[in-house]
Amino acid sequence: MGLRGLLPALALTAAAGVSPAAANDLGDKDRGSELFKRQCSACHQIGPEAKNRVGPVLTGLFGRRAASVKDFTYSKSMARMGSDGLTWTLETLDAYVENPKALVSGTRMNYRGMADPQARGALIAFLRDWSDKPQNIPESEPTARKTDPDLDPAILGIVGDPEYGAYLSSECSTCHQRDGSDQGIPSITQWPEEDFVVAMHAYKKKLRPHPVMQMMAGRLSNDEIAALAAYFATLE
Amino acid sequence: MILNRRRFIGTGIATGALLSAATVWGQTKARVVVIGGGAGGATVARYLAKDSDGALDVTLIEANPIYTTCFFSNLYLGGFREFESLQHGYDNVSAGGVTVINDMATGVDRAAKTVTLAGGQVLAYDRLVLSPGIDFKDGSVPGWSVEAAEIMPHAYKAGPQTQLLKAQIESMPQGGTFAMVAPPNPYRCPPGPYERISMVAHMLKQKNPTAKILVLDPKDKYSKQALFEEGWAKHYDGMVSWVGPEFGGGAVEVRPDTMEVIVDGEAQKVDVCNVIPGQMAGKIAAIAGVTDESGWAPVHPDSMKAKADENVYVLGDSSAQGDMPKSAFSANSQAKVAAMSIRGELTGSRVFPAKYSNTCWSLIAPEDGVKVGASYEPTPEKIASVESFISATGEDAALRKATYEESLGWYAGITADIFG
Repeated sequence: MGLRGLLPALALTAAAGVSPAAANDLGDKDRGSELFKRQCSACHQIGPEAKNRVGPVLTGLFGRRAASVKDFTYSKSMARMGSDGLTWTLETLDAYVENPKALVSGTRMNYRGMADPQARGALIAFLRDWSDKPQNIPESEPTARKTDPDLDPAILGIVGDPEYGAYLSSECSTCHQRDGSDQGIPSITQWPEEDFVVAMHAYKKKLRPHPVMQMMAGRLSNDEIAALAAYFATLE
Repeated sequence: MILNRRRFIGTGIATGALLSAATVWGQTKARVVVIGGGAGGATVARYLAKDSDGALDVTLIEANPIYTTCFFSNLYLGGFREFESLQHGYDNVSAGGVTVINDMATGVDRAAKTVTLAGGQVLAYDRLVLSPGIDFKDGSVPGWSVEAAEIMPHAYKAGPQTQLLKAQIESMPQGGTFAMVAPPNPYRCPPGPYERISMVAHMLKQKNPTAKILVLDPKDKYSKQALFEEGWAKHYDGMVSWVGPEFGGGAVEVRPDTMEVIVDGEAQKVDVCNVIPGQMAGKIAAIAGVTDESGWAPVHPDSMKAKADENVYVLGDSSAQGDMPKSAFSANSQAKVAAMSIRGELTGSRVFPAKYSNTCWSLIAPEDGVKVGASYEPTPEKIASVESFISATGEDAALRKATYEESLGWYAGITADIFG
């Protein structure tokens, strides 16, 4: 996988730069309703009568801990994110809808993601309308999107130094096993390079909740993340 | 991008050949001798062999053919793990290109650059790595000696001592007293004594619920204290009494022949007494002359090289490096920096900035795990903490369970990284 392939993943961070037109104007929830019908409703229900289907009920989603709907069997990866503290907020939902596997690597949600930030804003406005007590969500939250994207396209275009990456990767293997075992700690073996880069930046930005990973990724420079990605790409 | 890792390594060696006299002459490979086959030593040996692709002659000296990890041995005491699950052989280390010798190193001649083994063998080195763990300071606890450890076990080097302590706890009389003499700083595994108290309490709660636990501590505070205190109150209410220095915890004497502990001049009979004495670098570090008056071996923060000798590295518990705790995770992290530095010196491979990290998980009760960790970087003075985190009190059960499960994953991961 070439680094050029990473560019679509940029959307995660580029989206952070898109401010809604007005402070409380998340997006067009009627358009969101249409999007939900077309792209989500085959698996998810929302509303007072909603039941779990292929996917969990989405009523009352805002402020809910990930993987916390009773009687729904989540992927191990989503369950782990939930116990690590991932909570559905405007920011985390935006990242998840945009590229589900960037936020939750092993999610079972078979959805490739929604690249258009305005469409996401519309969908999320619709989802928020069905949260139990949207009035309890701090009003500052809809504007909590970062307005200064700390990643520009050039950063994801960095050509990593795989030899440096080989050294840096030795820090990963203290916990993550190279044979792909994933009991208690997820496997990172054969992880697609672009997912890796986006996930590291998601930890660095503290979108993903785990404290060890936030610390590890937090001190990696953009060059170092690129170096790790380049190294992992050389592994068979 | 299709880059073959082997080709990168090959390039590194070609560059190295220009720099390393030994390789240029084509006579012998540069030799690295590693003493101590634990988290520091086995890791550095394996990484040197793996990453130098045969360019280095790597020998690991370890007295025990089967290594028992001290990390996670508390979980054996608590009944959460089998003893055998703590044991690891060296077959995969050997298969990775390391010559493993099961013998005890008894001498180091730094001028001649040789190591002498108990069996009489003399090994020459270009670089020596010392990773011998800890030894106990004589006289640290009056009345206790290494011989007395058969009666009052330390169980702080895992093995028969750990099994002895467990057997003693299991045969305590109903309502009896378990005493721990906790160690002064600095010592191996800062939360270790307190995780052990948790595990002993868990076991006693099942089998001997009226038993008491007495902790005699020379320190006025200790690692993860708020988390342990919260956990003890929640799971083992009233069972654990902690006596700090203010009430005599720092001036304890023991009498192994009568099973007494003397606190503040007052003798008390106990049924089990776990004495964890004051500690120093494993003896071979002092024999090699790389330790200072503290008993530990000062190292350069950017490489783990001994300050006393540019051809000697010291890893893990034995080293005096700054802010990192003495832990398996730290030793493993330091080993990777040292391996990179040694390869750079002997084969000319590239050397990158040192990065270190540590996380320590502790189990308080079933599925109630906590953790503390930090990242570290070298400064001119020491290895300094950059960022840290710790579990919070009052966390929900799901997070504590996930933390425990993560610790199991970590044990599997790090032992695979150390022993192959």
